[in-house]
This record gives sequence, structure tokens and C-alpha cells, in this order.
Amino acid sequence: MRRLRHWGPGLLLLSPSLILLAVFVYGLIAWTTKVSLSDEHNALGSKGFVGLENYKNLFTNDIQDRFTHSLKNLLIFTVVFLVGAMFFGLLWAFLLERGIKGEGFFRTVYLFPMAVSFIASGVVWRWLMNPLKGDDAGGLNAVFGGLHLDFLQSTWWTNPNWGMASMAMPAVWQLSGYVMALFLAGFRGIPQELREAAAMDGASTYRLYRNVIFPQLTPVALSALIILGHMSMKMFDLIMSISGPQWLTEVPAVYVWQTLLTSDYAKAAAISIVLLLLVAVVIVPYLIYTNRVEKSR
Amino acid sequence: MTTVSAPPAAVESLAPRVRPRRSFGPGSIIKYALAIFFLIVVLMPLYVLIVTSFKAGSDIGVTSQWNLPTHWTTASWGKAWTALRPSFIRTFELAIPVAVISSLIGAANGFVLSRWRFPGADVVFTMILFGMFIPYQAVMIPLREIVTTIGIAPGIPTLVFVHCVYGIPICTLIFRNYYATTVPEELVEAARVDGAGLLRTFARIILPISIPGFVVTVIWQFTSAWNDYLFAIFLANTRNGPITIALNALAGAQSPDYAASMAGALITSLPTLIVYVLLGRWFIGGLMAGSVKS
Repeated sequence: MRRLRHWGPGLLLLSPSLILLAVFVYGLIAWTTKVSLSDEHNALGSKGFVGLENYKNLFTNDIQDRFTHSLKNLLIFTVVFLVGAMFFGLLWAFLLERGIKGEGFFRTVYLFPMAVSFIASGVVWRWLMNPLKGDDAGGLNAVFGGLHLDFLQSTWWTNPNWGMASMAMPAVWQLSGYVMALFLAGFRGIPQELREAAAMDGASTYRLYRNVIFPQLTPVALSALIILGHMSMKMFDLIMSISGPQWLTEVPAVYVWQTLLTSDYAKAAAISIVLLLLVAVVIVPYLIYTNRVEKSR
Repeated sequence: MTTVSAPPAAVESLAPRVRPRRSFGPGSIIKYALAIFFLIVVLMPLYVLIVTSFKAGSDIGVTSQWNLPTHWTTASWGKAWTALRPSFIRTFELAIPVAVISSLIGAANGFVLSRWRFPGADVVFTMILFGMFIPYQAVMIPLREIVTTIGIAPGIPTLVFVHCVYGIPICTLIFRNYYATTVPEELVEAARVDGAGLLRTFARIILPISIPGFVVTVIWQFTSAWNDYLFAIFLANTRNGPITIALNALAGAQSPDYAASMAGALITSLPTLIVYVLLGRWFIGGLMAGSVKS
């Protein structure tokens, strides 16, 4: 009884949140899963349980392999987005960490795209990634033309094979600053004694970063990857804004929306659950790992 | 009872560890060259947005995109404002309540999970966190049904509710980490020994030193509610929804008015940009308090 009085009030204060999340996260996921196992293919409702048929159809029986195509797009997008944002984020953090005059200004400018919605930035990136080349070129192609770097001109996202790689550019532009902020926080969190100790040992700047500082940043890099990775899986707004829903740039999140418009709830639910599983495969081990690391402290 | 009126914990220790050196060696020239190059790259889209928004007629075209306007005009700003004004106001009615309510919930949860723990708190915390990573498509189909069933008015009230619910994990995480790194366990224990209950400890001791945490969650939730498009198109429409829907309608039409679209994109981004520029330094500081474990 005394123990209950000790921690009871805390649990009570937490309980509204727990109930809401139990219903709106776990409950609704269960509900979506149930829909995905049914034959609710139109607004009239479901006639029954069909097992994993909707999932099987997605992978083996989708028109023009639409679903696997959207997964391929998502993969290209994710790789370019993660590599790009991590690279620039780390580079910018490193530049600022080395000490620069007007650091606050640089930091604010690098970070500002994060404040802008994908819908708003899509308005301008649609223009910047204009596929016309040569004399008709606009946007980035015009910049490359003006700099006599014509070989860099591209058809951007309209390229059927690698277009998704350029679709990741606006995302890199928006999130690199955030990654920079995380790494800056990481750099500043490294105890000064570590640097001093390395300097006492006569370590060069290169060795200091290579052997002392960068290893300390691994946890930050891991959280950044997780944050970017799950954002990438959910990517929807940016694509809707730049290309609109269309075959060339379709990813699962957009596919769900397109399927819902045709009232094929069972199929939309199945795509959503596949997407959820893709995220969970990465997130659940990460959460368990973080939990364990914290306990061992 | 011990009253604590300590200033917010020092999250502002952002001054660079390595002071800029006086002499400009080749290293520092490369450093500044790179920093300025990236500055220009990052600002390029903003330049296009601004110059296009002040153009009219034949000035607006793909090939003349980088040119300054030959005649500066604010006509497109007027047009965009007329199109966006109602949703602009509605989005404040969305983002402000979301920022305030989510932050308060997050603070209470974070406090319990870091300093008033119960058996199994870690498992519960992990279960809460998972909610922050889910693709919302996985809840969207039944969500639309359930919010109509429980009788929340469509449009902004529904979106406030939904953003608050799905904002619980991130706000809880930020405050839990913040309290775990800045509030000494002994402080809470001392209050307990003095006989202060949970709510009193929270209100008298914890809340006054929570401002840095609030800055982070308020910015975060304000921005994500303001910028959200997914929940908006699932649960609202152009007549009762937030500004992202209105902007996409303005800019995504068959033959969009480019100047008005760009002016619209700037109007849409202004509130979040102001929040960032004014509070950005504390945001990074707060991230630091939140993400770096001592």
C-alpha cells in the first residue's frame, strides 16, 4: 500500500495520455490491420475475412507492379536523402565547430529551411527543378548553363530511372540544418577534458577528430539517422507538392492516398501496414537498444 | 518546503569551444569559402521565391527566373493574401492551442517518467515513444471514422485534437530527457520528504525551471501543426482546413499563377520563420539538453 501511494499519483497523471495512445496508436493500428485482412474494396463495406490476400496481391498481382515500383522509388529517395542530409549536416556542424565569425548567423541560415513546410518549399523547388535544358533552361539548369557546367543539367524528377534521387534534393535542403543542429549539440557535449587530454598527448587535429571526437558522436549520428529514416518512409507532402500524385514519383504513402480516393479501403490498409512494418523493423530494435543503454548507465 | 527559484539551466553554452583565430591561414580560407558557398546555396530558393513574388506579366517565366523584376509590384501579394487569409487565421487557431496543450501534457508526462517513476516506467516510455515513429497512414482510415463518431467538430477542432494526441510521444520524450539531465533527483526527494505531493512538486518546483523545455516543445508542435499537410487533407478541406491545403490549391492548380504561388509560399512560411529566428538559439540549446545524455 505504501508503495502504491508512492508511485500511484504519477501513474494517475500519466493515465490520460496512456489511454489516448492505447486507443489512437495501438487500437487504430489493430483496426487498420483488420481492414487490411478484409475484402472492403469499396464504400459498401466488407463482406468478410480474406487472410493475407491483399498483401499477396500487392507484391505479386499489382497492375504494372505498381507497389514494388513505389517501394523502389522509396528506396532511392531514402538513400539519397539520408546520405545527403547526414553529409551536409555533419560538414556544416564541423565548419561551425571549428569556430567561425558570425556563427549565429550561419547557424540560423542553415537551419531556416526546417521551419518551412514541404508544401511551401515544393512551390519553389518545382521551379528550380525545371526539366528544360539549353536555351529554354530555367531553375538549376539555367544556373549550371550560366556556369558552363552544362553536363550537370538534368531532367530531375521526370527521369524515369533515377528521378527519385533528385526528388530527395529539396528534402536534403530542408533537413541538413536539423542534422547540423544535432551534431553541433553533440560536439558541444564532448567534455573539454577529453580534448585537452588528447592535446597533452600531442595528438594532431586530425587524430583528435578521428580518434576522440567522431567516436563520441556515434549516438548522435544514430538518432539523426533514425529521425531522418522514419521521415523518409512517411514522405508524402513534398511529393504531393512537387509532382503531385503520379506514377513516376509514387511512394507507398502517396499510393495509400490514391487508393483511398477509389474507396479501396482494404488495399489502402494493406499498404499502410507494410509501411508500418518497414518502419517498425528499424525503430523497434532502436527503441529496445536505447532503453537498454539507459538502464546500464 | 524548499523553494527553488533557480534560473533556467544553462542550455545557452553554445559559444564555440574553438575560438576564431586571428591569423587567416589556408585552412580558415577554405573554411569561410565553404561556409559562404553553402550559405548561398541554402538561400537560393528563398531568392527565387522573393523576386518572383514581386513580378508581374511577362516577367514571370522559367527562363527569366533568376532575374530581378523589371517592374516591382505587390499585386501578387494582394492576390495571395486574399486567397490565403481565412486559412491563415484558422491555422493560428490550430497551431497555438496545439503548442500549449501538447507542451503541458509533455511536461507532466516527462516529469512522471523521469522523476516520479513507477515500476515498469521504462517499458511504458518505450511504448509511448513508438507512437512518434508510426506512419500516420496506418491509423488514418479508422481515424476519420472515430473522430466523427466521438463527435468532435470537423476541421480545426478535429485537427487540434489529433495533433495533441500524436504529439504526446515527442513532447514526453523532450521533457523526460530535459528533466533527467537538469533536475537533480535529490530536489524531488527533498520535496517528498517535506511532504509535498506530486502535483505540488510539479507546479512549485518543476514548472518554474521548465522554460527551456517549453521553448523546444512549443516550437516543435507549433511548426508541425502549422506545416502539416497529411492530417489536414485527410480530416479537413479548403473551407475549414489549415493553410497548407489552401496554398496547395493556389499553387497546384492547372495553370497556377506563379507570382501569387510564391507570394503565398512566403506568407505561409512567415509565422514559422519568425518563430525560428526569434527562438532558434534556444531551440538548439534545448535540443542539446534533450538529446545529449550526460
